[in-house]
Amino acid sequence: MPKKSLMLGNHAIARGLYEAGVTVVSSYPGTPSTEITFATAQYKDVMHAEWSPNEKVSCEVAVGASVAGARSFTGMKHVGLNVASDPLYTFSYSGVGGGLVIAIADDPGMHSSQNEQDSRRHAIASKCLMLEPADSRECLEFTKKAYDLSEEYDVPVLIRLSTRISHSQGIVELNERVERKLPDYKKDAAKFVMMPAFARGRRVVVDERERKLAEYAEVTPLNVIEDNNSDIGIICAGTTYQYSKEALGDKANYLKLGMVNPLPTELIKKFAEKVKTLYIAEEMDPIIEQHCKAIGLEVKGKEVFPRIGEYSQSIIRKAVSGESFESNDFCEPITVRPPVMCAGCSHRGLFYVLGKLGVMVNGDIGCYTLGATPPLSAMDTCICMGAGVSALHGFNIARRRSGEEPGKTPAIGIVGDSTFVHSGITGLINIVYNQSNSVVIIADNSITGMTGGQNTPANGRDIYGNSAPSIDLELMCKACGVNRVTVINPGDIEECERIIRQELEAGEASVIIARKPCSLLKTFEKKPPLQVTPEKCTGCKICLKICCPALSFTDKKATVNQTLCVGCGVCSKACKFGAFTGGKNS
Amino acid sequence: MKTTSIMFVGVGGQGTLLASRIVGHVLLEQGFDTKVSEVHGMSQRGGSVTTYVKYGDKVHSPIVDTGEADYIVGFEQMEAARWLPYLAKGGKMLINTQKLPPMPVITGATQYNQDIVGKIESAGVGVVSLDALELAEKAGSPRSVNVVMMGSLSRELGFEEKLWIEAIRACSPPVALECNLKAFEFGRNSITV
Repeated sequence: MPKKSLMLGNHAIARGLYEAGVTVVSSYPGTPSTEITFATAQYKDVMHAEWSPNEKVSCEVAVGASVAGARSFTGMKHVGLNVASDPLYTFSYSGVGGGLVIAIADDPGMHSSQNEQDSRRHAIASKCLMLEPADSRECLEFTKKAYDLSEEYDVPVLIRLSTRISHSQGIVELNERVERKLPDYKKDAAKFVMMPAFARGRRVVVDERERKLAEYAEVTPLNVIEDNNSDIGIICAGTTYQYSKEALGDKANYLKLGMVNPLPTELIKKFAEKVKTLYIAEEMDPIIEQHCKAIGLEVKGKEVFPRIGEYSQSIIRKAVSGESFESNDFCEPITVRPPVMCAGCSHRGLFYVLGKLGVMVNGDIGCYTLGATPPLSAMDTCICMGAGVSALHGFNIARRRSGEEPGKTPAIGIVGDSTFVHSGITGLINIVYNQSNSVVIIADNSITGMTGGQNTPANGRDIYGNSAPSIDLELMCKACGVNRVTVINPGDIEECERIIRQELEAGEASVIIARKPCSLLKTFEKKPPLQVTPEKCTGCKICLKICCPALSFTDKKATVNQTLCVGCGVCSKACKFGAFTGGKNS
Repeated sequence: MKTTSIMFVGVGGQGTLLASRIVGHVLLEQGFDTKVSEVHGMSQRGGSVTTYVKYGDKVHSPIVDTGEADYIVGFEQMEAARWLPYLAKGGKMLINTQKLPPMPVITGATQYNQDIVGKIESAGVGVVSLDALELAEKAGSPRSVNVVMMGSLSRELGFEEKLWIEAIRACSPPVALECNLKAFEFGRNSITV
């Protein structure tokens, strides 16, 4: 009997890659997709895994491996696919060599994301086949099936995940890996050189492929009808199948779609004919609903289900049957608990200074985005990876073009080390080339932090933790044409303030590298916790403005949580009365 | 059998993930269909975190919704109160009496709620409360609060003790194992403080 294991959906995908004989995996971390690629590192004897600088690169690596004849993979979060869409949309025309599968993890409800985009839109636009597993078992099975379909239909296959599928553990059955022999390489320019003459030829092939895939959607075993009670019919996929089953059990018929692009037409019509009321349960965009309406069916979709956020069994239950469960409420309001920078976080001192200076801050994506929250409140924008650098240039150019005197609206850009490599470098080149004299801070904590601590091309370690060549951020900035590059310790708030002021007045492009390792790194050197001398503490509360979870205020004095404090000493530098002792300042 | 639903609620960094993996291990060994839903990413940075554990003959939804939890294991008082609406009628709460003030309390913008355990009890909810931090420190590390709470939960769920011990052995990092085994015993043998 096959061995059973309890696995995260993401780990089950990784296991599927192993069993399917995949040999090349390249990704950039992004919640909720990160664990897929991280887990493939355990199979290093039979497959190559890597963290690449960004999703466009990783997708192109997977494309190259596919051209070489190997089964390859890249995984990313939904917004990562925006970055990778350029290679995807064209490689869709080429079709594959070895099977190519891309997992995309959507984040309905935005647990850890800046938007709620629906990756099915990308599948439609790129004309790729898309599967949607509903639990860990299907994550593993669909991954293997995806490679067979990719090779059979000559198409990249997308696997749509969501936070609850990626980050829920369920029971899977483990099987052996099937090794594939890499075929000899054969040149095929008409298939892989997408210049207009060849691309026109492939466009026709893609059109025919779409027709064949639409036929397959009608008969695939991935789409399943369950007949229980014809009063209610529910068309669903992924999470919404599980929520619907839990809410309604045998009180409804289900059409569970395992293949969400292209959608079947005849199968849906056949399902619809049998039921009295047809519901479409889908999180985010009404894609199945619009398809059903386009083929002339009367359905209840977003008119009864939310357009925004995650679904749950109670949302389905309430919308379909009107029932809801009783619950206890706590008798008084409970304060929210927003996430904060960890005790000892390398970003704390830097954002304390930025808040104090009151400069306009073009933020970016990473742990340092937490600098936007009170009491730090030191961020004005956060858009996407790299925008902290590029948008700063636009901001500064616009102020200057309006005739504003220099220094009236001081602005800086902030970007993490990993994010700088991802897509900050090009923005920096633009700052130099188009002369906006902007000041960029690279918050270098030597790790991709928010996604759980992945190595980067700038920290000297590969995905396996082995030593790897590292780009030198100072040299990189200088090579981009920045003459002023300064390295500072963000824990030293006096130095931070002095250098930031100095560079804002310099009148030329400047990069400040604020370098201090993440406090969650195993190599982080903890110091003894700080102590407060009560006689010296005046109760002014200035230390509370650094937003440290290890500090609190009791009996009109600051106190330090001795378990959480790692002795970074930023509080002691903020205090004007010398009330803190110990830690780094002892 | 009916699906049993458990929620672990706490503050990012308190180890709810390891706790859920220990229970998941026990449930898999018992032969149940099991789902464990975790939260990763931003809220792990000191935010309010929830983990769902469900088991039975067949589990569909990986999440627990309002009014559905048979047990809520509160790793922190305020978090226990926050998730009270998720407890089913007749459900039970296991609460670590530890307090971790959130940032708005630290800055003085709001107050930490008083007498949370008493207020939950007066809502007619069955509560087991214990000072898991003290027990964890006694076991050797304040980081073992999560395993103390698993000890307390193990009394409620009633599977064989040796299964729990095996699960702790399988899920603990080697350096923390001895401390975790002690923490489990302390949690299992504590009644109410």
